Amino acid sequence: MSEEKKCMSREFTKGLLTENPVFRLVLGTCPTLAVSTSVSSAIGMGLAATIVLTCSNIVISALRKLIPDRVRIPAYIVIIASFVTIIQLLVKAFLPSLDTALGVYLPLIVVNCIILGRAEAFASKNPVAASALDGLGMGIGFLAALLCMSTVREILGSGTFLSGIKELLSVFGEVNFDGFTIPWINAHPMIIFVLAPGGFFVFGIMIALANKVAERNGKPKAELKGCANCPMAATCRIRDDQSKEVSLS
Amino acid sequence: MTKELLAVLLTAILTQNFVLAKFLGICPFLGVSKKLNTAVGMSLAVIFVMVLATAVTYPINQLILVKNDLEYLQTIVFILVIAALVQLVEIFLKRYVKPLYNSLGIYLPLITTNCAVLGVVLLNVDNGYNFVTSLVNSFGGGVGFLVAMVMFAGVRERLESADIPKALQGLPITLIAAALTSVSFLGFSGLIDNIFR
Repeated sequence: MSEEKKCMSREFTKGLLTENPVFRLVLGTCPTLAVSTSVSSAIGMGLAATIVLTCSNIVISALRKLIPDRVRIPAYIVIIASFVTIIQLLVKAFLPSLDTALGVYLPLIVVNCIILGRAEAFASKNPVAASALDGLGMGIGFLAALLCMSTVREILGSGTFLSGIKELLSVFGEVNFDGFTIPWINAHPMIIFVLAPGGFFVFGIMIALANKVAERNGKPKAELKGCANCPMAATCRIRDDQSKEVSLS
Repeated sequence: MTKELLAVLLTAILTQNFVLAKFLGICPFLGVSKKLNTAVGMSLAVIFVMVLATAVTYPINQLILVKNDLEYLQTIVFILVIAALVQLVEIFLKRYVKPLYNSLGIYLPLITTNCAVLGVVLLNVDNGYNFVTSLVNSFGGGVGFLVAMVMFAGVRERLESADIPKALQGLPITLIAAALTSVSFLGFSGLIDNIFR
């Protein structure tokens, strides 16, 4: 029993550190770069993705014996898109300014590689409870990565921290707290950090740091191994094509 | 009218570049930009699918979803239409246009989950573009993707032979190079407003 429990807790914790979806598996880069300009929108995005990931993992894992293998990818996409639509409507109704901040990236959770990747790699092969924990862990890992990125970018780029958090907190009741302003930086913010180049740059530095930590623990570097990270790898032929080219040359 | 379309086109290619300013389609940007011919093939397939997806989803949205107050189904409907469309295009090319299939076909399945394609369709709806403007915006977005991919493939070829600090080797230096490429595109901001004032 305790062995099983340990196994379950590993499903949960692996997403946080050793298999962090963003810094270790390099998945979901688009939302990570786009939404990490402020901490409050990063929290909103992270929570939305976590909810979608956990729910879709549960449903896909419960239906794993019913979904025919050949149409599994479209079936997963429908399940994920349904949950994204639910979240989208809830955010539009209760957090309108978060909806504006996330914009098109909120519906784009549908094509977030983390969610489809976990469906394909984990939920389609494992029981419901393990899949739920896997989804929750991966989602929180994504949220944590977004928090790291957005903290650096918001403090350096706009000289504030948690600005705009008031609306997120207003779900729990009336709050007056609306973040901190960082003295001095606020008067001279390095705007490049909230612009597109800052996103790439901070992400690069974060990956380098994560690699350093991984190296110390004897783990391999994070690498985009062409197709190995991609959830569509099974249906795709670029990989065969490239290996063919290599063997020819 | 033409002036407006030209402004939309140039905005999509230069100032609001899909990859370097909007972060759509980062996975293929980092994943398949190592070789120039793969980068070009992938980008051409993206342009093709983006324009086609817009041409198909626009009437579906206007004639079915908006008319019946079903706009909240946009996300589900669009992603399914794109997935089905990509499959159909693949079958069609395989059967009738073999040379095109051989050069673009292998990239098609990847494009289903490319956020740039769903992104451009959703952005067209958000911006309230009409049919022609939507098509121009999609085409511009695709060309912007091509420009970014080709530029970045060149940058990466240089990186291969560069002397990189050990801690930054691999992915980190690729991202920092992407940051610098993106800085160069910042130079275009303000260009459109000033030309088409």
